[in-house]
Amino acid sequence: MEQQFDTSKIGMWLFLVTEVLTFGGLFAGFGLMQNKYPQEFVAAHEELKRWAGSTNTVVLLVSSFTAVMAVLMARTNQGKKCAMYLWATVGFAGIFMCIKAYEYSVDFSEGLFPGKYYSHHGDLIAGSHGYATFFSFYFMMTGLHGLHVLIGMVLMSWLAIRARRGDFSDKYYTPVDLVALFWHLVDMIWIYLFPLYYLIT
Amino acid sequence: MERTLTSGAILGDRPRPAKNYLNETKGIWSWLSTVDHKRIGIMYLIAVCTAFLIGGIFALLVRLALLNPQHTLFGKHWVTAEMYNRFFTLHGAIMVFLFIIPSVPAALGNFVLPMMLGAKDVAFPRLNLASFYLWCAGAALAISSMVFGAVDTGWTFYTPYSTTTDGAVGLMTMAVFILGFSSIFTGLNFIATTHKLRAPGMGWFDMPLFIWGIYSTAIIQILATPVLAITMVLLLIERVFQIGIFDSRIGGDPVLFQHFFWFYSHPAVYIMILPGMAIISEIIPTFCRKTIFGYRAIAYASVSLALLSFLVWGHHLFVAGESDLANVIFSALTFLVAIPSGVKMFNWLTTMYKGNISFETPMLYAMAFLFLFAIGGLTGIFFATLAVDIHLTDTYFVVAHFHYVMMGGTVIAFLGGLHYWWPKMTGRMYSEKWGRIACALVFIGFNMTFGSQFVMGGRGMPRRYFNYLDQFQPIHAFSTYGSWVLGSGLFLTAIYLLASLKVGKLAPDNPWGGTTLEWESSSPPVMHNFEEQPVLEHEPYDYRHRTVTHV
Amino acid sequence: MSTHTEHAESPKAEAVKYAATLFVLLILTAITVGASYINFGSGNIVIALTIATIKASIVGLIFMHLLHDKPVNAIIAVAGFVFLGIFLMFDFLDVDSRTNPQPTNLHTPPAITAPAAGAPATPVPAADQRKE
Repeated sequence: MEQQFDTSKIGMWLFLVTEVLTFGGLFAGFGLMQNKYPQEFVAAHEELKRWAGSTNTVVLLVSSFTAVMAVLMARTNQGKKCAMYLWATVGFAGIFMCIKAYEYSVDFSEGLFPGKYYSHHGDLIAGSHGYATFFSFYFMMTGLHGLHVLIGMVLMSWLAIRARRGDFSDKYYTPVDLVALFWHLVDMIWIYLFPLYYLIT
Repeated sequence: MERTLTSGAILGDRPRPAKNYLNETKGIWSWLSTVDHKRIGIMYLIAVCTAFLIGGIFALLVRLALLNPQHTLFGKHWVTAEMYNRFFTLHGAIMVFLFIIPSVPAALGNFVLPMMLGAKDVAFPRLNLASFYLWCAGAALAISSMVFGAVDTGWTFYTPYSTTTDGAVGLMTMAVFILGFSSIFTGLNFIATTHKLRAPGMGWFDMPLFIWGIYSTAIIQILATPVLAITMVLLLIERVFQIGIFDSRIGGDPVLFQHFFWFYSHPAVYIMILPGMAIISEIIPTFCRKTIFGYRAIAYASVSLALLSFLVWGHHLFVAGESDLANVIFSALTFLVAIPSGVKMFNWLTTMYKGNISFETPMLYAMAFLFLFAIGGLTGIFFATLAVDIHLTDTYFVVAHFHYVMMGGTVIAFLGGLHYWWPKMTGRMYSEKWGRIACALVFIGFNMTFGSQFVMGGRGMPRRYFNYLDQFQPIHAFSTYGSWVLGSGLFLTAIYLLASLKVGKLAPDNPWGGTTLEWESSSPPVMHNFEEQPVLEHEPYDYRHRTVTHV
Repeated sequence: MSTHTEHAESPKAEAVKYAATLFVLLILTAITVGASYINFGSGNIVIALTIATIKASIVGLIFMHLLHDKPVNAIIAVAGFVFLGIFLMFDFLDVDSRTNPQPTNLHTPPAITAPAAGAPATPVPAADQRKE
């Protein structure tokens, strides 16, 4: 069993590395575009709501805590508490998505769309593509990240149901461990996303 | 029960099992829903060979279009420039993404790797089946892109043409995206299997070198392919939303696309060659009846190739607008990456020295590999040299170079491995006579087709060009005739291999006298590979003692 | 059979460890946000990314158990970031060291006369493949 658990963990870490490189590619693109349009990117980021980003950071960090607590509960044969922590994680993820949805709706109302649909007014350097590019990357990366949050929510809900049923114990808690690892990666990506988009001056 | 193996064909001293992995369960659904690595390997084999056929047909069409500068056949115009662009694009895309990347790992590796490790299956059998279905989905999208307008951007999809042209670029990029994940999951499976499922007694340096090669390949698959995936996504989004990342007219940088693309695609060529080299490391000791020279050197060279391959992608951008400083650094690093390949070549040659060599078809392909890969690899060094690259890049010289390494290297090794493991996989021996004839046709045809292209390229013939000056016509024609010889050799191979399934002699457990664990199973193997869990008690390729004990 | 031999601490101690880790992460978040209000010039991004890396490392080592797991998992994780770093490093190297030199043989093109019927006004590039 230990061999199977170790093997599954290696498999999960390998998958997480592919996620790191996927998002990393986007970070690279963002970084290089910022290099090209430093003023536009700084100006554009003012449009983002710092309070929303900060709150979301806190929310995800707390959800990371509840996720690892869920693993601990599963490992110590406390199925009900495991389910509780998993549902808490799902809840925090939901709060994250709600704040994100609110941010998007405000952005759309101000004409901040990706690429050729960008219709914001009042940009300082008229005719520059830098503003639209910033928001293209913003929507791509937060969109892809949000998709991963949703996937995590679905997985953890499924696990919470199983935990309540008593499927996990100190002998077998692999799924909880693996999904928690996935969730921590989602948190990690946001840890980098937040300062680069919301805090750069 | 001890058995001392003698040289030459080994007859198993146990009766052939009635049920093996091929006939244990019947019906197409039992195949489509299998999680047995051997059946998945066979399905992959059929799939990639079909892709090879389609890609090969496009290759023949490309060469046919270039037979004369008027593009006529028997006086009739049959091809336009637009059609020609689609031919070479589809040839490249299908060959790279549908055939060569999965070929050795997914078709042969899937079959052989768990058995070589003494395991029942890979670490994640259902993920293995998922990889196969992802390949099928990618193939379906690629075919549909051919139907819905096809792609004419070249397999490299350079921007801004690929972001602005009509044509089914979106479908093809989605196909590549999905195929990327097929590759990633295969690599993931192999790494986990190698780490955790080795037989008792098999440490890292007791594994066959085939495993080291596949393992190194898997490292690249995990680290590089995700960047390809995101590149395809960005390309698609640029087409749909015009976000301005790759198109300079809307604020992007076309060279950035090339950085993204080649960060995967250069390591990808090592995904192609490392498994081929891994096969050669198996064939040569077996057919020379000699322990491989420098086992650790080859093992370390495999892993270092995998890691170093990530440092050189800029050499594809030398004339694209990359800075001089980056050019110089990438040039130096490219010289460095050639060293491990050289180490392996010398080790294989030294293994052959004073060996008891026999020239069955796998060995003929292995020797062809040594010759052809040497040419391909050395001409790669020409391109690492900045001053030479400026003149030779985007000419037929580079076309010849990469065909020598990809086809003369990987495909030749793939054919060698296919023949080597054919008795194990099918339980039949192919006709050695036809094998040797086909090998000769392939070798001669290949050199005719691509050797002449070195000459053309050196004289200035650009690649991907539909029109060309009259002075190149004789060489183009010669290359086209060579493609027919090559094609006939490959066609012949398909015929006698398929025929062997019906009329081939029944294969013994170990027809070649190999010392790795897969030869301990029956030919074809039973569903769970081994009757008893094998325990390794000797070094790999140990031709001095060659005694294997079963627990 | 217990699957972990390295959990020498009791569950309660572990829970406390996780809670303390969360606390540290929240403090670091506050520092990051606070630092963004102060103008360090180009140092801002360095500070932000450094703190982000510290946070990510803490999440990895403690929440993702890398500190106590078998080393292979940590090697895999680090490898991912190292190769991402290689990609970033060389890309920035290229972009930052481009000098965009002008051709040395640049000269003003000849005056353009009125185009003849059907002929293009500017020289057609040699790469045009439509001509027979």
